[in-house]
Amino acid sequence: MRHAMATKVETAESVREYLAGQEQKSLLRFLTCGSVDDGKSTLIGRLLSDTKQIFEDQLAALERDSRKHGTTGEDVDFALLVDGLEAEREQGITIDVAYRFFATPKRKFIVADTPGHEQYTRNMATGASTADLAIVLVDARQGVLRQTRRHSIIASLLGIRNIVVAINKIDLVGFDEGVFERITAEYAAFAESLGFKSIVPIPMSARFGDNVTRRSDKMGWYSGPTLIEHLETVVVEEEAVERPFRFPVQYVNRPNLDFRGFAGTIASGSISQGDEIVVAKSGKPSTVKRIVAHGGDLRTAVAGQAVTLVLDDEVEISRGNILVAPNARPHVADQFAANVVWFDEAALLPGRSYILRTETDQASATVTELQYRVNVNDFAREAAKALEMNEVGVCNISTQSPVAFDNFADNRTTGAFILIDRITNATVGAGMILNPLRRAGNIHWQSLDVTRKARAEHKNQRPSVLWFTGLSGSGKSTVANLLEKKLHAAGRHTYVLDGDNVRHGLNRDLGFTDEDRVENIRRVAEVAKLMADAGLIVIVSFISPFRAERRMARELMGQGEFVEVFVDTPFEECARRDTKGLYARALAGAIKNFTGVDSPYETPENPEIHLQTLGKTPEEMVETVEHWLNERDIAEHQNDDGGGI
Amino acid sequence: MLARLTHLDRLEAEAIHIFREVAATFTKPVMLYSVGKDSSVLLHLAMKAFYPAKPPFPFLHVDTTWKFREMIEFRDAMARELGFDLLVHVNPDGVRDNINPFDHGSNTHTHVMKTVGLRQALDKYGFDAAFGGARRDEEKSRAKERIFSFRNAQHAWDPKNQRPEMWKIFNTRVAAGESIRVFPLSNWTELDIWQYILQENIPIVPLYFAKLRPVVERDGMLILRDDDRMKLQPGEVVENKLVRFRTLGCYPLTGAIESDADSLEGIVSEMLTARTSERQGRLIDRDEAGSMEKKKREGYF
Repeated sequence: MRHAMATKVETAESVREYLAGQEQKSLLRFLTCGSVDDGKSTLIGRLLSDTKQIFEDQLAALERDSRKHGTTGEDVDFALLVDGLEAEREQGITIDVAYRFFATPKRKFIVADTPGHEQYTRNMATGASTADLAIVLVDARQGVLRQTRRHSIIASLLGIRNIVVAINKIDLVGFDEGVFERITAEYAAFAESLGFKSIVPIPMSARFGDNVTRRSDKMGWYSGPTLIEHLETVVVEEEAVERPFRFPVQYVNRPNLDFRGFAGTIASGSISQGDEIVVAKSGKPSTVKRIVAHGGDLRTAVAGQAVTLVLDDEVEISRGNILVAPNARPHVADQFAANVVWFDEAALLPGRSYILRTETDQASATVTELQYRVNVNDFAREAAKALEMNEVGVCNISTQSPVAFDNFADNRTTGAFILIDRITNATVGAGMILNPLRRAGNIHWQSLDVTRKARAEHKNQRPSVLWFTGLSGSGKSTVANLLEKKLHAAGRHTYVLDGDNVRHGLNRDLGFTDEDRVENIRRVAEVAKLMADAGLIVIVSFISPFRAERRMARELMGQGEFVEVFVDTPFEECARRDTKGLYARALAGAIKNFTGVDSPYETPENPEIHLQTLGKTPEEMVETVEHWLNERDIAEHQNDDGGGI
Repeated sequence: MLARLTHLDRLEAEAIHIFREVAATFTKPVMLYSVGKDSSVLLHLAMKAFYPAKPPFPFLHVDTTWKFREMIEFRDAMARELGFDLLVHVNPDGVRDNINPFDHGSNTHTHVMKTVGLRQALDKYGFDAAFGGARRDEEKSRAKERIFSFRNAQHAWDPKNQRPEMWKIFNTRVAAGESIRVFPLSNWTELDIWQYILQENIPIVPLYFAKLRPVVERDGMLILRDDDRMKLQPGEVVENKLVRFRTLGCYPLTGAIESDADSLEGIVSEMLTARTSERQGRLIDRDEAGSMEKKKREGYF
């Protein structure tokens, strides 16, 4: 890198020597975080500049930009080096994390400059998730702020153990030792319970470079390291290789019948040819026959390497499983407790179904219980019904199929997951597993001799869940009732689950908030599933306003079993009919959370059956449904796989 | 005592992991192959990631018809030698309208032949993931980009609303028409690239090495006159100079540097003492402030 200008390398030999030296340097990944305007980007600009990472053309561009957007008067505004987006330079804020690279003679660094605004917490978490150390900036004039605390908590949850408290803008308080001591004590008291291994406070002025790479001559009272001295020497243990072997299977490489390799990155431990392993989910043992790499097989591979393993025998393994050390196995469970950081504007709702992804596995997941939310100011555990954007809480999570994992404290790779919204595909949350929950472990599936297929055949019908969704008063119950009468008369075995009726019994404890609506649908979907399992044709007549829950219900049922019927009556028409007098009261504000009034109805995007009710009689609509069912059954008989009745 | 992984070992493992993740989770991936040094490293890593199989996706070159001839020769030779599936796309509208950097300027030329050409090719084949060789150290809007970078159905990047990217857990889900640009070299620096080329003995286009070449000085840049479509302006003379390229693109838009570095070691040595960044040789970055971000939002790689 540029500091090497002094040691001008000329011959091929010396270049190779120089590069070999570069390779031996260790890498430190860190982030800068803290509140808005505490000087994070300025600090990185200062580091890059003082370690000679800025080229002449970049410096020229920086001087141009400083005149246009700068906030530092005549001086170069270093923040503009890292605030790379137009919107950031115009607004003078950091929106997203920037990654920068620099090196000193002792170490290489990747630094993530993360935003301070609360609304961009997700981008701070992104930068923190791959860092080993966090520099928490504190404005000497302001002291520890809410965002200082929030970022420290997130850094701690994400497993960062080394903290630098950069007490910045010390020049603006006259290089006062008292201010430094006060903030140091304040931070130490606050961070006591966060489990950091080291907290190093450093007084500095990023703008003028005091104690960044150059020891300040204005703070004789400070005898600690400069920032760069500390970053160059801080020990960040690389213990992954010492931990039990974990190999999440990422990709099954099978170019031909003679080769079947399991590709992935070793999460922890090491593996050698001939080592015994166990397949985490099935418990099946095997032995490593080859460690395949381009350029020749390896004898041994360690944590961090991306390799392809060939096993001795043909065990069943697919993506998402983990190959592990036989004597130290991970948990395999479908319920666990986890710390969750929430990123999305739509709050986390217990009962709602999300997609959970670990490094290589994926499963449908619901939060069965929100244990508590953490107040970022005082760590108080607060009861909450939902987790709002940027909040942190502890949840119990249930997955539809078992997942192999470690506790995050034991393994940062196999103990982490993200949550994805089913509709928008947005990454809505990140989780760190605390421990498995044993309830599922003690309740095994009882296998029954009479199967669902046998029960269905006995009734000579194809079990189905006909899911009627639509606004209150759209005509769902009328059509459902008539449909059941006709199916019943034709000798079918049916049952109608009606929203109002179920709320008198099973769901009498639920109200109409978003959280309760989600739970309402979850319960009725489970009941419908049991009834379909028993062989019935189930007609569900529920407003079911949210797409996510209708999708959850769909995925709960067998392939092709779920039929979404959209009873489509315009809001104005429902309000006009107002058969139960509810619209009048809701519009007058007497009923809260009424669908279509002050609670949303999410229209089905792709229903199997779309009933536009205006101008049609209930009989005509029932015919439409019957016609659809007949067509389906005929189609299935034509390409009969034996399962359709 | 187990060997510690070197910095390059880690970068290599990270890139291989990313390649495999895409192959495992997307329906129709493609690798953008632009024939430069970063593409050469990317190609090498793709071969490693799936060994002993071949990479399970094709390679796409969006040809602007103004690439150096040596690049095209090199591209075809690599495809033959390694046996990968090479797709070449040229924007037919651009050819029809004879879009070129001399008459239309670098902005229009790049937009039509590269950005629009790329969008056409992605739509034509319906790719849902596309690998590119961009690095975060290249340019300040790239420093902000995710490894898995979401594009909407119009191929646009929304820099203010990127998906969080936690650990190595990548969100690979897209709806129909949407796609992800994937950058396995995100965390590599220019020095890492050269060091890896040296370590792995990766073939690169000879234009990176110094040689006597016919160049014209224009707008402060040394342009290699690669064919006679480049008309000389009054006063311009073609001179044979000992030059090489730090980066490769369309020949009229890529400046050569005077250099005697004719070996990889020589290039690295020169780089270590360089006082300007590699993108300085690219006209497109200088056209206007934020120009790279703007192009990326429009779908440029």
